[in-house]
Parts: sequence; C-alpha cells; structure tokens
Amino acid sequence: MKPKTFPGGVHPHDFKELSNQAGIDKLPLPKRVVIPLSQHIGAPSTPIVKVGDEVLAGQVIAEASGYVSIPQHASISGKVTKIDVFPHPGGTNQPAIEITGDEQDRWIDLIDDKDYELLEVDEMKARIAAAGICGMGGAGFPTHVKLSPPPDKPIDTIILNGVECEPYLTADHRLMLERSEDIFRGLKLIMKITGASRGIIGIEANKPDAITAMTKLATLDARLSVCPLKLQYPQGAEKQLIYAATRRKVPNQGGLPMAVKVVVQNVGTAIAVYEAIRYRKPLVERVITVTGKIVRQPSNFQARIGTSFTELVEYAGGVTGVIGKVISGGPMMGFAIPTLEAPMAKGSSGLVLMDESSARMLDEHACLRCARCVDVCPLNLLPSLIAASVKAQDLDNADKAGLSDCMKCGSCAYVCPANIRLVQWIDTGKVRLAEQQRTQKQGGK
Amino acid sequence: MNDQNNMPKRSSASRLVVSPSPHLHDRTSIPMVMWNVVLALVPALVAAVYFWGFRALWLTLAGAMAAVITEGLIQKFRKVPITIADGSAFLTGLLLSYNIHAGAPFWLPVVGAVFAIAVGKQVFGGLGRNPVNPALLGRVFLLASWPTLMTSGWQTTKQAIQGTLSGINPAMVTNITDKAKDLITSSTPLGVAKALRDSTTVQSLISDAGGDTELPLRIFNGLFDFSTLRSVFLGNIGGCIGEVSALALLLGAAYLVYKNIIEWRIPLFYIGTVFGLSFLFGGIAGSGYSILLPFFHIFAGGLLLGAFFMATDYTTSPITKAGRIYYAIGCGVLTIVIRLVGGYPEGVSYSILLMNVATPLIDKFTMPKAFGRVKK
Repeated sequence: MKPKTFPGGVHPHDFKELSNQAGIDKLPLPKRVVIPLSQHIGAPSTPIVKVGDEVLAGQVIAEASGYVSIPQHASISGKVTKIDVFPHPGGTNQPAIEITGDEQDRWIDLIDDKDYELLEVDEMKARIAAAGICGMGGAGFPTHVKLSPPPDKPIDTIILNGVECEPYLTADHRLMLERSEDIFRGLKLIMKITGASRGIIGIEANKPDAITAMTKLATLDARLSVCPLKLQYPQGAEKQLIYAATRRKVPNQGGLPMAVKVVVQNVGTAIAVYEAIRYRKPLVERVITVTGKIVRQPSNFQARIGTSFTELVEYAGGVTGVIGKVISGGPMMGFAIPTLEAPMAKGSSGLVLMDESSARMLDEHACLRCARCVDVCPLNLLPSLIAASVKAQDLDNADKAGLSDCMKCGSCAYVCPANIRLVQWIDTGKVRLAEQQRTQKQGGK
Repeated sequence: MNDQNNMPKRSSASRLVVSPSPHLHDRTSIPMVMWNVVLALVPALVAAVYFWGFRALWLTLAGAMAAVITEGLIQKFRKVPITIADGSAFLTGLLLSYNIHAGAPFWLPVVGAVFAIAVGKQVFGGLGRNPVNPALLGRVFLLASWPTLMTSGWQTTKQAIQGTLSGINPAMVTNITDKAKDLITSSTPLGVAKALRDSTTVQSLISDAGGDTELPLRIFNGLFDFSTLRSVFLGNIGGCIGEVSALALLLGAAYLVYKNIIEWRIPLFYIGTVFGLSFLFGGIAGSGYSILLPFFHIFAGGLLLGAFFMATDYTTSPITKAGRIYYAIGCGVLTIVIRLVGGYPEGVSYSILLMNVATPLIDKFTMPKAFGRVKK
C-alpha cells in the first residue's frame, strides 16, 4: 500500500540512524530532580509541599489549578530542597520544585487493577487526571481534557501518533518496538473513554520495523489498523496526520480535531494512560532520545521527569566536540535553550546537541519573494507575507495571510534561501495579536 | 560513566546559540539559486557560440560584467553591503545580453545592463524590491532608444540555409520576387508570419509579384514546415543570443525544475496559453494555416527564454499559487495579442513587464484559503 500523506511540507534528512537501533535504556535514579510547575498547556500547578518535606515517588507535590491543568508528582523519593525559579526545558526560567533523592526509590502504593478494562469511563478519566498526564508528543495538552469532548461532539476515530516526524527523535519508534502491547492497551482504553469505533496508528515509512510490529497486533482487532505514512515533515502535526489518515480537514481558525470526530494521542501518552488506569501510576518517567552528531552514544533513555539534561548527556557518553546548541525537543520545532541545566519534562521527547558549526546562525537577507515558503506551507498560508506584515506592524494583513492559523512547524524557514527567521516573526506577530485582542476586549468593556 | 573525559565538553553557557526554530535548513541560499539559474543558461550560450561564433560569448560577458560592476559601484555609493557575489546582478546582465542579437555592437549590452541594474533594480532598493524584471526593462529601454540597432544587422547562423534568418530557402519558394526574398532573408520566422498577416504587406507583395495572389501562401507553406521547425528547435535560425536554441533552453529549464528552483506553473500556463491561442488564431490572412504554427510560436522567438527564465523571476511574479497561474495566462494572452494584433512580431518582453506590474494586485486577489478554511 502506498503510504499516505498531506499536501505541502519538506523532506529534511532524518538522522534517525544515530539512535534508532539503541534500545530503551532505563537510567539509574537521579540524585536530584527539578519538577517544573508548568509542563503543560493550561494553568501552572499549585505546590502543596514545602521545603523540607519528605516525599515518596509518585506523591502529588503540586495540584492541578483548575480543569485545564494537571497535578505534578515527585518522580523520586527524597526531600523537597527548594521551591524556586529554575531553568525550564522551554528555554525560559519557571517556578519548579527541587527534590533531592534518598536513592531508595520508595513509592506511593500502586495497585494492579486486573479488571481495569471494565472500569466506568468517569473513573478512567479520574485516574488519568490524577496521574498528571498531558500530551507527550510535545504540545502538552492535559489528556483528561482532550478525552472529554462535549456531548454534542461525538468521536468516531482515535489516531495514535507514532509518526515522530521530527528528525533525530526515536523515542516513539523504540516504544512501538518495545512496548507495543501496552500502546494497544492504552489505545483500547482511549477508544472506550471516547466511544470511538476505530483506532488508527499513524507511522512514518522510515520505521518499517515499527509498522510491522504494530500491524501484527492491530490485525487481532477488526477496529484497529496501522496507517503507514510518507516520510514528509510535518507528517505528525495533528491536522496533517488526521488528513493523511482520514482525509478529514480540521477547520482552521482554532478548530479542534473533535470537529471532525477525531482525537489524536501520542503513542507514549497511550502507555501513560494504560499505566494510570491499571496501576494508578502517575506520569513520573518517560522515554527521551538524547542524540546529535557530537553525542558519543546517541540513546533512548527511560528517565524520571526532572532529570537534568546534563545528566542525560553524561549517560549518553558525553560529547565528542564543543556543544554549539542545545535543542530541547526536535530540531524543527524544539527550543534552543541557554543551558544544559534544564530538567526534562513530561513533553520532553528529545534532547539534540549540535556542534558549533551547525549551530551557527545564518545571516538574514532581504526577501526575494521566491515563494518557496508558500509552496511548502502545509496549512496553505503565505509565510513571507505574514513576516513582512508583522515587520511593518500591520497585524490585520498578517492575519489575512494566516498569522493565527500558523502552527509554527518551521517548514517555511527550513527552505528560505534568504534565511529569514519566519517562525520568529510569526511568533512575534502572534504575541502582538494576542495583546491587541486583549486591549480591544478591555476597551470594549 | 563519570570520568573526566566523558563529561560534556561544554563551552560556558553564554556561548550556546539560542535561536528560533527550526534548527535545520535545507542549505539553499540566494547565491546557490542564482548561480544555478546561470548554470541552466549555459547550454543556450554554448548553442549561441556554436551558431554565431565567440562574438556571442563576448557580447554576453560584456553585459554580465557591466551589470556586476554597476551593482557593486552603486552599493558602494549607497554604503550598503556589496552583494555582487550572489549572482543576481550577473544573471540580470546575462539575461539582458541574451535578448540582444549577435550582430549588435558591444556597447549595446553594456548600456542595457547598466540601465537594468541602476534603474531597474538599485533605485528600488536592490534585490527583492524591484517591481519589474530588470533585464526586460533594460531590453525595452534599448529597444526604445536604439530600435534600429536592436532589430537590424541580425546575423544568420553559420549554417543557416542560404543566409536567411527565417530558415526558409528562398529557392524553395517558386516564382519568388526580390521583395519576398528580402522579407524572408531579413526576418525571423515570427517576423515573416507577422508580415504575412498584415494586409498592406501582403497586398504590396502581391502587386510586386504582378498580381501573383498565391505568393504569400507559398512563402507561408515554405516557412511552416518540419524542416524549418527542426532548425528552429535546434537553433539554426536567426534570433537573439539566448533565444537561438529551444533545445538548449529546455535542457536548462528541465534542470531548474528538477532542482525545484523554478516552479512549473508559470512556464506551463504561459506556454500552454500561447500554444492554445496560436492554435486557434495564428493563421495568416487568407487561407494560410499550419498545424505546426503553435510550435513556431513556442520554439521561435523569446517565449521559452521568457517563460522559463524571466516570467519566473521570483521578485516580480506572484507568490500565491493561484496568482502564478493567472499571471502566466495573462502573459500568454498578451504575448499572442502583441504577436498577432499588435505592432511587434515578438511580444514576450512587454507581456511579462505588464504582468510584472500587475503582480501585487494579483497577489492581493488570490490570497489562498488556509487548510481547513471554514465557510463563512
């Protein structure tokens, strides 16, 4: 079968060969973790511990602050040693709770609910919410919210995102090879929760072994199927994945997948959902790819949330050259962060190190109007016009060219021969547009 | 694990590059794009040298170097970074020279290139800001200022049949008059076709031939046959330096499309429109018509050079995908209108320039619908 795809996009070399043969390596306990209060979209969590408190692994240390929020849990046992502002994997400094470990890995009481599949839907959602799960592909939307569409928005399809279209990253690939059964358990639970009658696992064609492994399991259930997808960035972007797998188009201007009866979840999130429902296990660890051409042993680590990037790099054998850039996430949409001291969070799918020459910023030139950005934009926007309009302080025109629709996939900047920092201009425009709308709202009152 | 050698060799934190995503780039650059277009134009130059000798090369280089020097001097004067290495000025000069015939004096491409860069490009602020294609502007400036030099003194190729520009062997036209012979030897195929559409010219040809009403049709039939078309396609025909060989231009164009440097919509719709309209309306006055006519409109004259290398100029063509199609159709319609109805045998330069001017408007009215656009 010909792999499916979406219109637009780019074809960067994927560099997956660096780490896709490296099995998931469970790291020893970190001596110290830093748990950011904001690891998700929504209100930051509210700390409920104070410095000096003894905590167990899996214990709630910060509560959800409202419905669109999640609790945070201690990922190791030990003592709370600081509640302060720390470097954040998003590149900024953010409030976080530091725990110094006792190296004993004492846990809260977990259960093993053999009849977990028979639980009421509300109980399942409660367990997901209590486990502090947010989307693990990077965006970090609270999972219990995503699985609770309003009653007038029925869901018929769940798509598990195993695309992993970001170059370099192989964490989801390894999960599909090594944890395939748990992924299917999670998928079936998500289908039960949403009432969806079909489950599709989308996987990019550069992971044939994962496609084989997942297809083997999918054939056991008539409702499930694997959808092989063409190697094309951003194949794993929600709207593009939905279109490729179902030919449905999520409406623009803030439309959500549920408008086309679909919910998308990352494969790692599916595992977290399964573990939360069966064991009441909170999300305190995840798989992260630590890679880059200067990393001695590019690896896929199962590590506790809050483990510092420095420690991850040490476990990957250190580096063979001078680090020029530290990317938290993938190289297309991830953040270049100012320090390796930042901790990994629930949405940390990768840590990519670049040497000095690849890190060097290319000079920005005048726009040629070549429209390569227009040709690759998967959302059919006019990136160069958005950027030029933002530069000219003309937000109305920028929005007409697609400012608020842009998902910042970076395909435009990837192909720009003038190296215009299109994503940065678009980001600036989004912030200004939000400010403008806020002041207009206030002015209206 | 923790021995000193394995510790991350990390420069001080402040030296880490913090830059916006994406952190990868496909490594295309303005110079890469420009020099690739130059490379794609080399086969046409090789063909020109083959057919006209090295004079074609020297003329071309004179134009290109004049463009580069003009750009450098103006940038120095404007105190802006000198970007002559990016290839864009060289390309403009090259394209300008390609629009001049091989018999032109050396100062002609030089003056044209200086005008193209100075007035066509730098006065607007340089690369990316010019409203119309500088090379074409330079060409129409030359055409308006030195019309005789631009349109006469054309050289036939070394191998051309009996020294004709049009590629017809006058001996093949039976009962030919001197006047008709002049027409054939001094004009390009599109020029002859144009003359044969003009009733005054046709009448004077007929009366000169003592009322031989069949003469125009005999010339027409002598011109629009396969052997002439073959000459036109390969380049063994009169024309401008860069227009001579359709085959050479197509080779370069195929390279650029393959390298994703020019896009396919503009050439496809431009050439398609010219083909369709000349198929429908290209016949001469009277009953002259040939199924080969549309191919002459495509392969003879400046269409291929214009459609692949000038209409596709990034700065002066629309950025929207739909806009590029309208723009190309507009170019095609104007070209045919000029060729068949207007005063020139050629129409490519003016068509593209006119559509260049319309580009901002076309962009404005062809804003694309975002993926998943909700109907309002």
